[in-house]
Amino acid sequence: MTQPIPEDDLIVSDWYRDFTNSGVGATLTKRLGLPRPAVLRRHEPGAPLLPGPAVVGTAGEGRLRDPLTAVLKDAGVTLLSPVTADGGTDGERTAAVLLDATGLRTPADLAAAHDFLAPALRRLAPSGRVLVLAEPPSEAADPAQAAARQALEGLVRSTAKELRGGATANLLLVPDGAEGGLAGPVRFFLSGRSAYVDGQVVTLTAAGATDGQDDDRPLAGKVAVVTGAARGIGAAIARVLARDGAHVVVVDLPAAGQALAGVANEVGGTALQLDITAPDAPERLVGHLRERHGGVDVVVHNAGITRDKLLVNMDAARWNAVMAVNLQAQLDLTQALLDADGLLRPGGRVVCVSSQSGIAGNRGQTNYAASKAGVIGMVRAWAPALAERGATINAVAPGFIVTEMTARMPFGTREIGSRINSLQQGGLPVDVAETVAWLAQPESTGVNGQVVRVCGQSFLGA
Amino acid sequence: MTRKAAIVGGNRIPFARSGSAYARASNQDMLTATLDGLVARFGLQGVQLGEVVAGAVLKHSRDFNLTRESVLGSQLAARTPAYDVQQACGTGLEAAVLVANKIALGQIESGIAGGVDTTSDAPLAVNDDLRRVLLQVASARTVQQRLKALAGLRPGQVVPDLPRNAEPRTGLSMGEHAAVTARQWEIGRAEQDELAVASHRNLAAAYDRGFFDDLVTPYLGLTRDENLRPDSNVEKLAALGPVFGGEDGTMTAGNSTPLSDGASAVLLASDEWAAARDLPVLAHLVDAQTAAVDHVHGGEGLLMAPVHATPVLLARNGLSLQDFDFYEIHEAFASTVLATLKAWEDPAFCKEKLGLDVPLGAVDRSKLNVNGSSLAAGHPFAATGGRIVAALAKQLHEAGPGKRGLISICAAGGQGVVAILES
Ligand SMILES: NC(=O)c1ccc[n+]([C@@H]2O[C@H](COP(=O)([O-])OP(=O)(O)OC[C@H]3O[C@@H](n4cnc5c(N)ncnc54)[C@H](O)[C@@H]3O)[C@@H](O)[C@H]2O)c1
Repeated sequence: MTQPIPEDDLIVSDWYRDFTNSGVGATLTKRLGLPRPAVLRRHEPGAPLLPGPAVVGTAGEGRLRDPLTAVLKDAGVTLLSPVTADGGTDGERTAAVLLDATGLRTPADLAAAHDFLAPALRRLAPSGRVLVLAEPPSEAADPAQAAARQALEGLVRSTAKELRGGATANLLLVPDGAEGGLAGPVRFFLSGRSAYVDGQVVTLTAAGATDGQDDDRPLAGKVAVVTGAARGIGAAIARVLARDGAHVVVVDLPAAGQALAGVANEVGGTALQLDITAPDAPERLVGHLRERHGGVDVVVHNAGITRDKLLVNMDAARWNAVMAVNLQAQLDLTQALLDADGLLRPGGRVVCVSSQSGIAGNRGQTNYAASKAGVIGMVRAWAPALAERGATINAVAPGFIVTEMTARMPFGTREIGSRINSLQQGGLPVDVAETVAWLAQPESTGVNGQVVRVCGQSFLGA
Repeated sequence: MTRKAAIVGGNRIPFARSGSAYARASNQDMLTATLDGLVARFGLQGVQLGEVVAGAVLKHSRDFNLTRESVLGSQLAARTPAYDVQQACGTGLEAAVLVANKIALGQIESGIAGGVDTTSDAPLAVNDDLRRVLLQVASARTVQQRLKALAGLRPGQVVPDLPRNAEPRTGLSMGEHAAVTARQWEIGRAEQDELAVASHRNLAAAYDRGFFDDLVTPYLGLTRDENLRPDSNVEKLAALGPVFGGEDGTMTAGNSTPLSDGASAVLLASDEWAAARDLPVLAHLVDAQTAAVDHVHGGEGLLMAPVHATPVLLARNGLSLQDFDFYEIHEAFASTVLATLKAWEDPAFCKEKLGLDVPLGAVDRSKLNVNGSSLAAGHPFAATGGRIVAALAKQLHEAGPGKRGLISICAAGGQGVVAILES
């Protein structure tokens, strides 16, 4: 009786997506030139990393071709040899196209990127993946090299906008010494876990190789805490972390306790009723984790609220409430966990939920956007200190995610909000959850201080 | 082998006023939800416990296996056995004693004790005459016999028997009984109202400081006890007219517990079981005692049995009444608590009725019902014991090791259950 409503029932079915993918609908929308949002490929435990073969190309004398090939082979991916623009019409569709651009020296070398990508993209299957690997422009030897590296960002982001059928394009920057942390991120961007992550740039940091992980249960034996887990995105995060093997401590306001207990029982975790803004909340969370679990491996700061008003009409209560939940509590809880001797175990992972509004700003959300931008600042500032402990801290910034909250929005606002992105649809809570769970994996050790948007390459703040 | 059973924690749903938030919830719904909240708090999904023991005072006949059915509907392993108990308002505490005793004897390692009651979904009994006719119809073998039996139907038989809050042998309601005792012990109106106000204030303060965050799980939209009036004060209560004890009675709706709906559950275990699961031990159930009075012929107060049980329990444990850090005296009525305290202080009563040369003496009122009690929270009969055991155990744990608490619960039929907890 305390079971929460299953996620599928909450999601207002995307009638438009379903219609355009039906026989009549497909013909009609094609004639009218209307967008045709695809049914995205999402992760299913046990399924192969890619539903088809991959192709790996290079621009310049790169250094990642071999490690990349090894990662793909390990994951059981079949590799096709690259085709040239005029050849190779054997017609086999590729599920992923990877470009090693670490060898770029000048903008002239970019022509090779074009030569490889153009024919390869023509053969890209629905929900295909384009992943470009390069080195950070900031570490370039000279301005020409920096220009060439930076140019890739424009190339990848535009490619992402041109792709159809649920395909995505992302850029992974791999500085010298960060090769050891390549496997996890590459697998994420190819997998269905990154279904709604599009047009993103993630920079790895130098990190030692990990012991590897069971990709079906990468979090086995880990203890995770998720705040705001009684419903919406937080409940989805709890489900995915549990699916990946973690014991999940779900936290939410005491008043949300009935739904929270339902989530805890569903995922075989434990419920902790706690207002994260209470003065003794850090102490209580630390005490609970110490007594019941002896420590914690994954902390997900997901609880968040909105109290929208134009800045000129905003009262102090609205401002303060949003700041307290969305930013101050994340700071206070994280500090307490770091201060508690040995509580955050080696390899610890902190994931903070920010928002697209914190990047692009949003009318009526000065308080919310400020708090969510603040989260990004916090994550970047804390990253080095966490790295010293072998831990990481990252932010996830969701775009338009279909939840109970958005289901209640007026039809027009919801329709527009969900379409203005390259995938032409809203994301699902599970999409945010998959990205959080990826950042929590042992093999994400090289991802630190990053902000990963889960927005289908939203047009806002891009 | 004996050992003391540990109290690991508890869970209850907020108590609702009769006919309100839980009007459509059955005893089984409420008990199942309460068990599931406990499961979620302590990660007991699919766990097989030694036993679940619970009960309800007002129970439908179809609920003959109420606790077992609730277990089957919960997230606990279906292999967890269960049984029902009933000792009126003592049900919840008695259930805890039963589970604790089995743990103490090493017969089980873990168990849940609980209780539930609804006055909103109470069973209606068919009027006795009608019941006889219907039974005759059912046992008739021929059409003629059946018609003959049906001919016995009369309009008056259709009126159902509503469950009454009355003692079968005296016909007096519990409130009327309490009013007699209040008069006997000269319990004044003002002190009753003060006790009620303290109950509301203490309960509200406990909610505000988050004390119930890990003791209560919201249910059907209710997040706090519906009867709680944080702004209750003596002036407001003084304006209420008496409901028991006639026109010059001192007992009002403000200083008597309202009819309520709710459920509670307590997780008990051996220390080893708790340690193996990294679960806390809040306190141990040290000892317990029941007693009964003869309220029918003996001229004794219906709700005064705990007064008799307590000295027996104290003597067995070599304790005085003052050796406690906290006292939980169930507030059936404010006057019941006050009469209990007065009786323990009364040399003549202690000598003649309890056989004590020296009276038990006074209780430090600052240690009494410090987190509120039934006047504020409400009193779904069988759920009160679990509410008190879990909250007292937590209070003792917060106060530190070696702290002691006394629980006293009076019950219909002239019975009482008392127990000692120690952190
Ligand atoms: N839904 C979207 O489109 C979207 C977009 C961008 C960012 N986000 C962010 O994602 C997160 C989850 O959003 P959602 O859509 O699931 O929202 P939601 O309102 O459905 O869930 C938020 C949860 O946080 C809990 N919470 C609020 N205050 C709390 C406190 N003081 N202590 C403990 N728990 C508290 C709430 O009770 C609720 O269960 C939020 O941080 C939100 O800002 C959501």
